[in-house]
Amino acid sequence: MPPLQIVFLVASAATLVSGLLVVVSRNLIHAALWLIVTLFMVAVLFVLLEAGFLATVQVVLYIGAIAIMIIFAVMLTRRVMKDPGPQTNKQWWLAALVSLAIFAALAAILFQVPWTVTNASVSPDSLTDLGKSLVDTNRFVLPFEVASVLLIAALIGSIVIAGGRD
Amino acid sequence: MPPLPPFDFNSPISWAGQAIVILLTGVGVPRDLAGAIATLLGVIVLASYGLTITLLLIWAERKLVGRLQDRLGPNRVGPYGLLQTIADAFKLFTKEDITPTGADVVVYNLAPLLSVVSVLLIWAVIPFASTVFGTNINVGVIYVVGVGGLGTLAIMMAGWSSNNKYALLGAFRTAAQLISYEVPMILALLVPVLLARSMGMNDIVKGQTVWYIVLAPIAGLIFFITSMAEVGRAPFDLLEAESEIVAGFHIEYTGLKFGMFFVGEFLHAFTISALAATLFFGGWRGPWTDQVPLLGVVYFFVKTAFAFFVVIWVRGSMPRIRIDHMLAFNWKFLTPVSLAAVVVTAVVDKLTPSSEWTRAGALFLANVILGAVVVWILAATARRQRMQEEGSRQEAKHAGPAQGAEAHAGAH
Repeated sequence: MPPLQIVFLVASAATLVSGLLVVVSRNLIHAALWLIVTLFMVAVLFVLLEAGFLATVQVVLYIGAIAIMIIFAVMLTRRVMKDPGPQTNKQWWLAALVSLAIFAALAAILFQVPWTVTNASVSPDSLTDLGKSLVDTNRFVLPFEVASVLLIAALIGSIVIAGGRD
Repeated sequence: MPPLPPFDFNSPISWAGQAIVILLTGVGVPRDLAGAIATLLGVIVLASYGLTITLLLIWAERKLVGRLQDRLGPNRVGPYGLLQTIADAFKLFTKEDITPTGADVVVYNLAPLLSVVSVLLIWAVIPFASTVFGTNINVGVIYVVGVGGLGTLAIMMAGWSSNNKYALLGAFRTAAQLISYEVPMILALLVPVLLARSMGMNDIVKGQTVWYIVLAPIAGLIFFITSMAEVGRAPFDLLEAESEIVAGFHIEYTGLKFGMFFVGEFLHAFTISALAATLFFGGWRGPWTDQVPLLGVVYFFVKTAFAFFVVIWVRGSMPRIRIDHMLAFNWKFLTPVSLAAVVVTAVVDKLTPSSEWTRAGALFLANVILGAVVVWILAATARRQRMQEEGSRQEAKHAGPAQGAEAHAGAH
């Protein structure tokens, strides 16, 4: 087995195991920390796919911002050091059924799509290409601008909420 | 075994890498594995270099701060006190390793490790010379930011897992300070990326025929201030403010685990100096680096040492900033100014002709104008506030002493 494949198998196994630990951990902070491990392992998978930009953005956004915000929010909640109570309620079988159905549907789609496999290497300038495609009117400029308007709206909204009286 | 390539004086690192691979394949190691071993050796050398230089940095800092405070600094162990840090390290070795009751053991032990690793990882992308660098990935600048996020995480883990309220307060302050200061820092980092049209560290250095501190002085200053806040040392040492929360996030750590936080902080201070030198002061650029690339290492370290001196100087002269001032300074001053700097740089850079010197002149002029506007706005705001306060004070005088006190309190 080539070394890259071993790394891939280890990384994907770690992703799955830590992802499972996120939901079964009794301690909220531990769950958040396992979430960070999961996200980091996804970044490793990106590196294996030679998508360095996606990998670093994954670390910056998901670990550097989102996961730390989650941990901060969890720290502010009370009783975090104590027993968080039962992890399931009466509807657990329904949730399990729905997630199994979604998993089956996704798996079916994944097996039906004819994936083309090539040996072509990733162009070294893919980052420039990505940047240009975001401002190209024929490609992704509209989704890009819509996303930025959404973010600005969220920013203004948070300022209005935090601004208070006047 | 194929013969070793002749020693290449201009790029010793790649020569050493090739030599190791050839030697290892000569004794029957597969080529993939040999390459991996060579890379691993490079990582070990770089990491040990980083940790060893810290011994010297701690000495230099204590000596300098001593001088700034009219003291002598360490001068007993070894010539000029040079071996003081080694003695201190031995003292830390012999300390009892305490894990507080109720601590989250795994997280508690992981945090110091992550804190040092997050700093060491930055050195992988810093170019020492045009041919001496760990790696020139094309996302170097974002990589630096992402790795910095891991450092934040380490401090929060330490604060939370210690089961101590002062440590937890330190962790809260971390969230307030480090995450907030990341915003203007990333915006300031955007400016050199814009100017160099690349996020690779070595490409940014190569693009600096004119140092970016000339093309973007405001972004350079903002980067320097915010990265000092990211290190979390005076005047931004609220995470471990001794007089308020004892020692903050590392209050429960003893011995070598405390030592790791300590080393991490000092190395981080040196690392931000290296980043400032790389991004704004031309990195390894200097006279005759085209002929002798290795000369770049000297220039790089001279520039880094100067930036490090400024960091220590600020630490030695500034009092700790209050927490509300710290946040107001970040959100109400640094963030808008850095946003304006990015916009101004992008527009002016696009409008000016591509000639290197006109571009530099136009950008410098734009920065001067931006700086003047910022100072003017600051002065106007301060004047308005002063007028308001004086007005309410005079009202208070007219209204008589009892009501006056009320009006005065209301004005604040």
